[in-house]
Amino acid sequence: MQVNEYKPLIVAFCCNWCSYAGADLAGNNRLNYPADVKIIRVPCSCRVNPMFILRAFQRGADGVIICGCHPGDCHYTSGNYYTRRRMSLLFSMLDYLGIEKERTRVEWVSAAEGAKFAATMNDFAEKVAALGENKRLEDLRCKK
Amino acid sequence: MQEINRAALIKRASELLSDGTADRVLGWKAGEFDYDVTPAVFHSVEELEKDFVWGDFCGANFSKYLIKETQKGDGKVIVFLKPCDTYSFNQLLTEHRFDREKVYAIGIPCDGMLDITKIKSMADGVLSVKSEGDEVEIETLYDGVIKEKRENLLPDRCVHCKSKKHVSYDELMGEDGEVLDSGRFDEVEQIEKMTPDERFAFWQGELSRCIRCNACRDVCPACTCEKCVFDNPDSGVENKAAANSFEDSMFHIIRAFHVAGRCTDCGECSRVCPQHIPLHLLNRKFIKDINSFYGEYQAGETIGSRAPTVNYSQDDIEPSEAVERGGDNA
Repeated sequence: MQVNEYKPLIVAFCCNWCSYAGADLAGNNRLNYPADVKIIRVPCSCRVNPMFILRAFQRGADGVIICGCHPGDCHYTSGNYYTRRRMSLLFSMLDYLGIEKERTRVEWVSAAEGAKFAATMNDFAEKVAALGENKRLEDLRCKK
Repeated sequence: MQEINRAALIKRASELLSDGTADRVLGWKAGEFDYDVTPAVFHSVEELEKDFVWGDFCGANFSKYLIKETQKGDGKVIVFLKPCDTYSFNQLLTEHRFDREKVYAIGIPCDGMLDITKIKSMADGVLSVKSEGDEVEIETLYDGVIKEKRENLLPDRCVHCKSKKHVSYDELMGEDGEVLDSGRFDEVEQIEKMTPDERFAFWQGELSRCIRCNACRDVCPACTCEKCVFDNPDSGVENKAAANSFEDSMFHIIRAFHVAGRCTDCGECSRVCPQHIPLHLLNRKFIKDINSFYGEYQAGETIGSRAPTVNYSQDDIEPSEAVERGGDNA
């Protein structure tokens, strides 16, 4: 008999220059992180439009995490500073609308921080799993 | 009651039309009732005399109309701006949305508008609404004549008026006022104090009424994109979903986010909403957050200022910290 164990679906937007390389390093070092984390590579964390995040929730994500270079280390000099401002405002707004604040996160992961990447994903997946399925921002039209 | 009367505005506009300063006037046109005033362009003194009105229902902010109107013809457009309209006027100039040379802006004082929804909720079959000092006289078909204090009939945006001061104009009629501290973030703070579940229920109750008429977007002086993401049939939220509420929240979050840092808090979105959703509370949340995270900023106060969302500093607050502060950053 098949047992349906709940596993959260997590979307991770990773910047090409730091965090995606960090994820690579985690893989090379054989560090474990949940297979439910789906990585989407973006040129820079500031490529992530607030709409991408809401769209991810609409299509069934239970948590969305954005990873970029550490502030000051952006490949494009200032991209992640803009990310920081936008996401501060957006997350605060989601909280204002009553969406659980543990479902969204921004984390700075450099190309050398494979271990941090794995630890972050483990931690985030655990927090999101504890919240359960995303009900508040789901779209029934997109349900499989 | 408004300080300046209709006749004075028509007189001044007529002078400017006849001496060739401008060739048309952007003003308010009378509708069937006192309260259904509509924006219109007047080309002659006769047209002004016939249809121009100025009173308690002239809430429309003309700043956005200037974008299209200044592109028609070479002459100048006369436009009447209330204090809150001048902020939008400046913000659009900052964004280079119209040619300042083609506009002759007349600043007029505003004593607050009246909210027809509040009036209709207390009177059946409103025939006419007249203001006299601090009192409003409502003549109705079924309830006779009702008298009510003016302050009880102001729309929310005027109750919490942010400024009586004009920040931009070519000439000013009447007296200029001051920037006010009217507690416009009080309601936002009340919502922040609720638990997440209460907040979610509150916003579900409000936003699920949305019929996606896009009036808030169309009227917003900050929403001036030629092509809007919500008109894209592939956006996933181009019209009202039959089944659930995601679409309403998404539309309103994106709409408010798109104008964050550029919204002057003119309150037009809430005025035009046919479902009476307090949309200004979303915009004010962003303004409050911006003030608290990145320092006080009033969009449209000066021409050419850089919006906080297209700016940064090296020691900005982290998103995780921002969310934690969300509720108690007052």
